[in-house]
Amino acid sequence: MGVGLLWLGMHIPDGFLSLPVTALTYVLAVALVFLALRQTEQAYADKLVPLMGVSAAFIFAAQMINFPVLGGTSGHLLGGTLAGILLGPWAGTLAMVVVFIVQTLLFQDGGLTALGANILNMGLLGTFIGYYLYRTVRFTLGDQHWWVMALATGFASWCSVMLAAVAVALQLSWSGTVVLGVVLPAMLVVHSLIGIGEAVLTVAVVSFLWRTRPDLLFDPPPFTKKELT
Amino acid sequence: MRDNRWVLFALVFALGVALVSPLASPNPDGLNRVAEDYNFQQSEIPSWTRQLPFYSLFEGYALRSVSDPALAKSVAGFLGTLVVLGGTWGLGVYLRARNRKP
Repeated sequence: MGVGLLWLGMHIPDGFLSLPVTALTYVLAVALVFLALRQTEQAYADKLVPLMGVSAAFIFAAQMINFPVLGGTSGHLLGGTLAGILLGPWAGTLAMVVVFIVQTLLFQDGGLTALGANILNMGLLGTFIGYYLYRTVRFTLGDQHWWVMALATGFASWCSVMLAAVAVALQLSWSGTVVLGVVLPAMLVVHSLIGIGEAVLTVAVVSFLWRTRPDLLFDPPPFTKKELT
Repeated sequence: MRDNRWVLFALVFALGVALVSPLASPNPDGLNRVAEDYNFQQSEIPSWTRQLPFYSLFEGYALRSVSDPALAKSVAGFLGTLVVLGGTWGLGVYLRARNRKP
């Protein structure tokens, strides 16, 4: 067909989802955006404007960098968990939504009918489930050490990619595009490797901030000195 | 005095990542690969987004007016990064204004 040459990552193109799945994912995504706008407005923090701007800009750019995984396949950072760790789940969701809208409308990456699904799969699952997994592990194991943060970040980012793969597989099978028993194992195998890339990149970025500007993290570590910002 | 140099640093880093995007692996990605292997790629239809005016400017991640494919991708990535920055920054300013309303 050749029309598939343009898409990157786990972005679902037009034609893969049925009308009911398209409608349901759009309704959920619009509701999520609406809630995220209200929550972010109420919990507004001063550093939010620049941090949301540069985080989203970085995630957009990083999503263009496909890294090779075995057997002639590639993957790239999704960035949802990174957005959640930097901005918190609500503002992180908004940053991801802007990234997906620009990718879809300007660069035809991801279908227009699949935008809702793509926002849920790569935005919501990373920003919420990824963030809360990270938070749970980090605060359970003790919030002092770099390695705890790295473990929490790596684990959460890997899980967020696997969850996104499950979500894509479910949506494709509900749409009648492919049988779940076929697509689910295939997606999980490939994304268990892509998830390692996600974990390495997310840990690298968060570690750099942990050492240089820990105050920029949504949950700063306890050794962060309070700055008068 | 607030130290806001990190904003500039992060932005330059993001733009740098976008500029080197032609070095990215050209292999099919996860979902693309699964679709090829299990023969459901034919379900894909030409994207509805091709009806939008932006399609005359960008073909995928490539600026149409640039003939060199690597440069076309670099420039598209650079411009896309700035658009995302502008979009989120604008959204943040809007939310700040609403937050400060009594």
